[in-house]
Amino acid sequence: MRITLKLFAVLSDYLPAEAHKNQTEMEVPDGATPADVMGLVGVPPEMAHLVLINGIFVAPSQRGDKRLAEGDHLAMWPPVAGG
Amino acid sequence: MAWMKKILRVDLTAGTCTSEPLNMEWAGKYLGQRGLATKYLCEEIDPKVDPLSPDNKMIYATGPLTGTCASTGGRHSVITKGALTGAIACSNSGGWFGAELKFAGWDMIIIEGKAPSPVYLMIENEDARLLPADDLWGTTTWHTEETIKARHGDPQIRVSSIGQAGEEGVLFAAIVNDLHRAAGRSGVGAVMGSKNLKAVACRGTRGVAVNDPKAFMAATAAGKKVLVENAVTGQGLPTYGTQILMNVINESGALPTRNHRDAQFEGANNISAEAMAETRKTDGKTNLLTKQACFGCTIACGRISQIDQTHYTVVNKPEYWGASGGLEYEAAWALGAANGVDDLECLTYANFLCNEYGFDPISFGATVGAAMEMFEIGAITTDDTDGLELKFGSAEALSTLAELTGKAEGFGKIIGMGSKRMCEKYGHPELSMSVKGQEFPAYDARGIQGMGLGYATANRGACHLRSYTVASEILGLPEKTDPLVTEGKAALVKAFQDATAVVDSSGLCLFTTFAWSLDDIGPQIDAACEGDWSVDNLMAMGERIWNLERQFNMQAGFTGADDTLPKRLLTEAIKSGPAKGKVAGLAEMLPEYYELRGWTADGVPTDETLARLAL
Repeated sequence: MRITLKLFAVLSDYLPAEAHKNQTEMEVPDGATPADVMGLVGVPPEMAHLVLINGIFVAPSQRGDKRLAEGDHLAMWPPVAGG
Repeated sequence: MAWMKKILRVDLTAGTCTSEPLNMEWAGKYLGQRGLATKYLCEEIDPKVDPLSPDNKMIYATGPLTGTCASTGGRHSVITKGALTGAIACSNSGGWFGAELKFAGWDMIIIEGKAPSPVYLMIENEDARLLPADDLWGTTTWHTEETIKARHGDPQIRVSSIGQAGEEGVLFAAIVNDLHRAAGRSGVGAVMGSKNLKAVACRGTRGVAVNDPKAFMAATAAGKKVLVENAVTGQGLPTYGTQILMNVINESGALPTRNHRDAQFEGANNISAEAMAETRKTDGKTNLLTKQACFGCTIACGRISQIDQTHYTVVNKPEYWGASGGLEYEAAWALGAANGVDDLECLTYANFLCNEYGFDPISFGATVGAAMEMFEIGAITTDDTDGLELKFGSAEALSTLAELTGKAEGFGKIIGMGSKRMCEKYGHPELSMSVKGQEFPAYDARGIQGMGLGYATANRGACHLRSYTVASEILGLPEKTDPLVTEGKAALVKAFQDATAVVDSSGLCLFTTFAWSLDDIGPQIDAACEGDWSVDNLMAMGERIWNLERQFNMQAGFTGADDTLPKRLLTEAIKSGPAKGKVAGLAEMLPEYYELRGWTADGVPTDETLARLAL
């Protein structure tokens, strides 16, 4: 199935070369989880602090369980904050 | 100890500067900076006073930890009755000015009256004089700082000043120190301008002693270790600055766009931290040059940027080709997403002007957004704007209005009224996205419910800092809560508000709280200051300060009815994204919040609560 992967800040280093503006569409196995996708693109799990699926927070404990659906947007950031 | 125990009282009408002892009984209850200066203001002015009259006072206030080796111990605040809001104003600034004021031997400067002609205050240790500023009046903050340093032959003088915006009474004028730090919000710059006070310059050569030096060194060293080892304060913030949030908040569906008509901006990634780090095709350089820290800070969230010299905004203006203060998240949001503008170089230029002329980018940008919506519906036409087309997305409109507003010229004079008065003038008060007259910052209350309660109840008007529950609701710091629900938010907001009041009174920077709790901060204050500064006492003090500010506002004429949000946020649901279908559930949170605060159903602190807090 196809999802949109968005990797921000230093995590953008793990995007494929054809990615544009921090995002890329990619093919992943049906029922893939965020942890699976991290493994596919090589993002070290400890670097992904904030994980959102369609803008909704995925708890660290859920990253190996929450299954992605066709067309989902998976976004990840390293540790971030602001004001 | 930590306190210098001296206040400088400046009577601008009489032209005098006198020293008086700090009220240590009050210091024991309110600590310093925000809390202590608010106490002084409450005791010394009539809350009903016109903010721009000579009877208003303004107070520069440091905290006990300002100027010490505590990490981020460099903050100061300006406390007054806000020109924009008519409510208590307390604007916090970093840089180096606060530390210099402590080194000169002063905890606070209380400024009263109005000078007969423009002056600046020159402080050199115990010596304080009012000097003529006729040649500085009508010039920018940058020119003012450069001139004062040259005039006194000392490049280490620190300067806090207003630009033309403050002189001309732009209601969201700011006070700028160290070129690109600011006491930004609520129009504190307009108050300063109304007093004919152009600048405060300071040179101090003393140190700041602390009560228990050994315990202080241990506590501050422990604090520094926590900051360095924390991924946010040790890596994320220094590398990307606050602008990393542009994509986070956009992805979360809570990025107010085009005057809060939408909650996601299609151009967000063009004005993000990532965009600031991208190599420009035009000149092969990046917008972001480097990071910057304030006095005593080990985080370094500040940004230094350089505009593309070929960009239309600066192509004929070499004075803007150098490096200067770059975009923060709030400024980029307000100048950009709030107006649908995604030209990074244009936003950087407008941000430079905000620093140079001294005005708040948040209120300015949000007011432009309201003007653009009124232009779209025909409530404002090119007849009103001297031909300027105020279309959403127009970079030219944004940069032109920044130039005009800094000098309060043309339609910039109207923008300078702020969105509340401007929208009332053109018959559309409902289009001002503000609370108590102060414009919202960069988080949509419909997408982050706790922020809606925080905005409605902040004592200085809509403010993200008074209760930054975004940390919990979006970032999971210290613990994750659901941004789309109202349950539990009343308690969360109160806890953030009280703890923040403590930090704002200490001299430390709020950004330490991404890593520190009061368990890390308390020992530093307790070691530096005489008295018992346990975490429990500090939390009680935070609650006391909150209620003191509330009392001032009530006496100024505010009621519980002012703890509200614009109709758009209460009734118009977000149209798309993760928060689709949501409105701000204020009615579900406010009654519980009043109860937790120990206030009546109308939001008035009860006698019991006031007695418990020793107010």
